[in-house]
Amino acid sequence: MVHDRHGRCDHGDMKGRILVVDDDTALSEMLGIVLRGEGFEAHLCSQGDLAVAAFREFNPDLVLLDLMLPGKDGIEICREIRAESGVPVVMLTAKGDTVDVVLGLESGADDYVVKPFKPKELVARVRARMRRTDGGRPESLEIADLAIDVPGHTVKRGDEHIALTPLEFDLLVALARKPWQVFTRETLLEQVWGYRHAADTRLVNVHVQRLRSKIEIDPENPQIVVTVRGVGYKAGPA
Amino acid sequence: MAGPVGRVRTRWRSSLYLRVVATTLALSILVVVVLGQVLMGRITSGLLDAKQRASLVEAQAGLNQAQALITAAGEDNAERNQSLEPVAVQLASGGQGTPRLYDVLLLTSSTSLYQRGSSTVTVESVPDDLRSAVENEDVQASTFTEIVYIDGRPPVPGFAVGAPLTVPGLGTAELYYLFPLTQEQQTLDLVRRTLLFAGLVLVLLLGWISWFVTRQVVDPVRYAAAIAEEFSAGHLSERMTVRGEDDLARLARSFNDMAASLELKIGQLEDLSRVQRRFVSDVSHELRTPLTTVRMAADVLHESRDDFDPATARSAELLQTQLDRFEALLSDLLEISRFDAGAATLDVVEGDLHDAITSVVEALLPLAEPTRTRIRIHQASEPATAEFDPRRVDRILRNLLANAIEHSDGQPLDVRVGVSDEAVAVVVRDHGTGLRPGESSLVFNRFWRADPSRVRSIGGTGLGLAIALEDARLHGGWLQAWGAPGDGACFRLTLPRVLGTDISASPLPLEPSDATTERRMPLSVGAGARTPPTGSGVSDDE
Repeated sequence: MVHDRHGRCDHGDMKGRILVVDDDTALSEMLGIVLRGEGFEAHLCSQGDLAVAAFREFNPDLVLLDLMLPGKDGIEICREIRAESGVPVVMLTAKGDTVDVVLGLESGADDYVVKPFKPKELVARVRARMRRTDGGRPESLEIADLAIDVPGHTVKRGDEHIALTPLEFDLLVALARKPWQVFTRETLLEQVWGYRHAADTRLVNVHVQRLRSKIEIDPENPQIVVTVRGVGYKAGPA
Repeated sequence: MAGPVGRVRTRWRSSLYLRVVATTLALSILVVVVLGQVLMGRITSGLLDAKQRASLVEAQAGLNQAQALITAAGEDNAERNQSLEPVAVQLASGGQGTPRLYDVLLLTSSTSLYQRGSSTVTVESVPDDLRSAVENEDVQASTFTEIVYIDGRPPVPGFAVGAPLTVPGLGTAELYYLFPLTQEQQTLDLVRRTLLFAGLVLVLLLGWISWFVTRQVVDPVRYAAAIAEEFSAGHLSERMTVRGEDDLARLARSFNDMAASLELKIGQLEDLSRVQRRFVSDVSHELRTPLTTVRMAADVLHESRDDFDPATARSAELLQTQLDRFEALLSDLLEISRFDAGAATLDVVEGDLHDAITSVVEALLPLAEPTRTRIRIHQASEPATAEFDPRRVDRILRNLLANAIEHSDGQPLDVRVGVSDEAVAVVVRDHGTGLRPGESSLVFNRFWRADPSRVRSIGGTGLGLAIALEDARLHGGWLQAWGAPGDGACFRLTLPRVLGTDISASPLPLEPSDATTERRMPLSVGAGARTPPTGSGVSDDE
């Protein structure tokens, strides 16, 4: 059965390497089982203060991060990972309604899953974040004074290279591909995050802020990613 | 017309100041007037008595003198006639002065001849009564009179003393002494003015004193009232300032003691309820991590159930379905604890209630499928647009409909939408077993079940309607229930079209028109536990 699944999804050896940071060993073990069952390579880490070291050592494609951890809390770990890498971070949280979510997103997490979640839900989130815009076809976009190389995953202002996380890059590309179109938050959630149903629009708000802080000359007065009041966002006039 | 009067009455009733000061003024005016009258009377009579006594003595002396002069004058008639004039003049000279002390008149009525001692007063100054008394009874008499002057000066009050004078050969003459009371009049006028002024000052002073004294009592009372109002408005740390040892200080101390004990009790209750809510929330959160693990484990088992023997496979299935139920219960508990903690917030957009109903009904069709329950939607003729939180309104509708499906016994459901200027409403009507008397107020209680022995087919958490009620209340709307045994039940959700406005009436009646009449009357109990059946909104609890 596992073999069957492998055969269906495998395009090489493994689908991806996932670092699971959670202090609840039963849950991490279960997460490991489910992820491995889906063909991922999972590495477990149960202590907050060891998480960053484990991240460097394991070099995952995605991090599943519990927010409440002994040693060092998830927010801090997320910030440290973000400081050195754009690897997607998905938070596991028991409090979907509190400021924790916003705090987590602001510290750099790409997405979050609220406990208790169904395994399918988690796998869908993980897949959505690890999905890569297929390279090959060369595509370059220009928006304002930014040059975007889509397959190369790079954004440049003149000669200056701007480092974006994959999520921020996807967000910018989605907007820049159709600069004439206003995207609602729901549309962006679907296109960039891969949500089929309505989800938390705070995801969009927080990440647009993060994107702006990197690409805008004056983030307080954005020219590239413009808010359209009552509707959503659009890429500013080139 | 009634305006100013009404205002005065209100002011009179509401102001202790006004009442006390006005009453004091009225009573003191009365006292001063009576006192003034009595005083004035005493002084007047005292002054006049003294004057009277002095006048009589004076007149007696004059009479004696006149008698002596006349007797000494001899027998000659003509000479006597002549001599009466000088006598009068001589007598009158005793009254010289400014003003004159007295005037003297010497009259002989028998000869109709009269002479004046002093040429300033007229004969009319002597009243007829006095003259006849002196003439006829031949005794000394006296009376008050008005002295009329010849030179046209205004007449003054006076005292007249008359006595018969025996003139040998001529018979009787009458000697009248006229004492003007000008001085006494002036004294009395002065006394009256003084009394009037003193009375006025006294009244004003009393008014001021009463105001001052009232202030000493009323101000602390008003202060106490203000503090008590603050306190009851929720500022539990408000205290009165205790000054001195008097009754007001005692009042302040008692108030403070009461406030302190209330604050303590309320604080304890709040702590208790906070601890409890915190506990519920913590428990729910703590349960989530193990539940996630169990959930995933169950899922893995469930995925592989085909490989198990029938008993184990069924167990995996049961595990899966019951976990769904457990999860629903947990999330409902969390939702309730959020309401209890006051942490629930509205995420409002403008939407059409019809759309919400359509999507919820579509989502619930699988639930209605097993019992072949038909759901009939009766839309309003106009769009039912309102400001609401779609997530919460969807949840209310889902709860109402799921509840109706569960209790409909396969009978069709009616969902009716109503719109008015101020509100939109949706009524969910089932024709199932209905509710027994009194139950319509219980349905919104947590974990309440109409019939504990009844099998739960859909397996709600028992919190659905309680959450729905809280959701409605959060919108400032109503959620009410009606039911009759055997006649089904009816739930009505009324939401204001503009958030934050009060609803005065729902666009739809709560009692369905198809309800059996005789059952309708006693059972049309409105409302959830704390929701008023009519009236302005349900925000009465917070």
